[in-house]
Amino acid sequence: MGANAEVVKPDPAFRKQVEEKLGKKISSCFHCNKCSSGCPVTFAMDFLPNKVVRMVQMGMKDQVLRSSTIWLCASCQTCTTRCPNDVDIAALMDGLREMTVSEGVEVAEESVPLFHDAFLAEVEKRGRVFEVGMLARFKLKTRKEGGLFKDAELGWEMFKKGKLKLLPDKISKREEVREIFRKSGA
Amino acid sequence: MELSYFPGCSLHSTASEYDASTRAVCEALEIDLRELEDWNCCGSTSAHSMNAELAKLLPARNLEIAGRAGLDLMIPCAACYSRSKMAEMELAEAGEVAVETSANGQIRIDHILDVLAEAEVLDKIRGSVTRKLEGLKAVCYYGCLTVRPPKVTGARNPENPESMDRLVEVTGAEAIPWSYKTDCCGASLTLTRSDVVLKLIDRLLVMAQEAGAECVVVACSMCHANLDARQKEAAAQFGRNYGIPVLYISELLGLAMDVPESSQWWKRHLVDPTGLLSSKGFVQ
Repeated sequence: MGANAEVVKPDPAFRKQVEEKLGKKISSCFHCNKCSSGCPVTFAMDFLPNKVVRMVQMGMKDQVLRSSTIWLCASCQTCTTRCPNDVDIAALMDGLREMTVSEGVEVAEESVPLFHDAFLAEVEKRGRVFEVGMLARFKLKTRKEGGLFKDAELGWEMFKKGKLKLLPDKISKREEVREIFRKSGA
Repeated sequence: MELSYFPGCSLHSTASEYDASTRAVCEALEIDLRELEDWNCCGSTSAHSMNAELAKLLPARNLEIAGRAGLDLMIPCAACYSRSKMAEMELAEAGEVAVETSANGQIRIDHILDVLAEAEVLDKIRGSVTRKLEGLKAVCYYGCLTVRPPKVTGARNPENPESMDRLVEVTGAEAIPWSYKTDCCGASLTLTRSDVVLKLIDRLLVMAQEAGAECVVVACSMCHANLDARQKEAAAQFGRNYGIPVLYISELLGLAMDVPESSQWWKRHLVDPTGLLSSKGFVQ
């Protein structure tokens, strides 16, 4: 730590906002690092999981919501399972992802929320995910990053093996699923 | 035994062999599976990543349907299982009854491993094995959501589960102990950050090889997709030669129980197990 280290003035407002949203506490984290040690994706993250918890504790809202970490989290639940203080880090990551939308923040890993949007659009439309439809939506959404033809060869291999159905499944009571989307404000 | 059955979206498409093998094995074991009527997508990773309310309400609709059907529910896909259990827990915590049956009892929500590894069913499987898979060396890969978080799954040993190992042993194959049973495959990052998935599956496959495994057995459609469909790419990227077929537990059991249509299932795999299985004399 040198003279140029950033000094952070702790602000509990963000932590309180997050804890209220989750209905769970994160303040008991004392940084044993068990979560970060077990996380399989840290090699690709900008902040370690426990650092994200620390940043939330300190009120560093902007940095947290703009991080790659929250999008690279694979929801493997290793962190939540091993935390000795019952901090639900996996749920925290979910909550922070959701907040990027409600706070209108520019996200670090664009393709991840775009994928989720494509997936959920399929669910809303037919009640089940039509994988080819979902892929088409996702590829179109990510075409700017050169995503359009990525995995085309793999897609073709899978198609040849009969893994990609050409006709969508749809449920009868689609309106019930659409109502669920309306109710959740999705 | 009668059970309600929730296949989930992937079992109706990319993981259709998991659906076919599960149905065939259950039929052979006289487990009557009744697919839930008009079930919807559980929301998988995308719903819980973007909207907690949506993530609860989507599986809740299925739990209501299951409640009306009145039978215990079996789910082969680990993600669908996880989302359904989480919804059940959340609804219970909020004081809402997750699943109301006509008798107002509670129905069980089980992953396929829970159903098959149960003592009575395991015994029945043992009695139904007509083709012993002796000489086959396998590692069991449980992935994440079949065991974690233990508060949700009830897993007795989330760091070293054994249900699948027991099932594999009943077939006569060897379930080799290894340290990567529950290490994440990267799941849905496969389409958004496939570089992450490739690194994770490389580690898994190299460690499987190091343990002496000839195949990996799985109980999740996402794990299968990553380990099977991306195996060639990972081999190319990391300069490896894995050649490790990935079998669903239901496919392995079907093979051992001599279910006639079993060879149709792994025709859909990108890493063809036929070579391995015929070298052991299990198939022509």
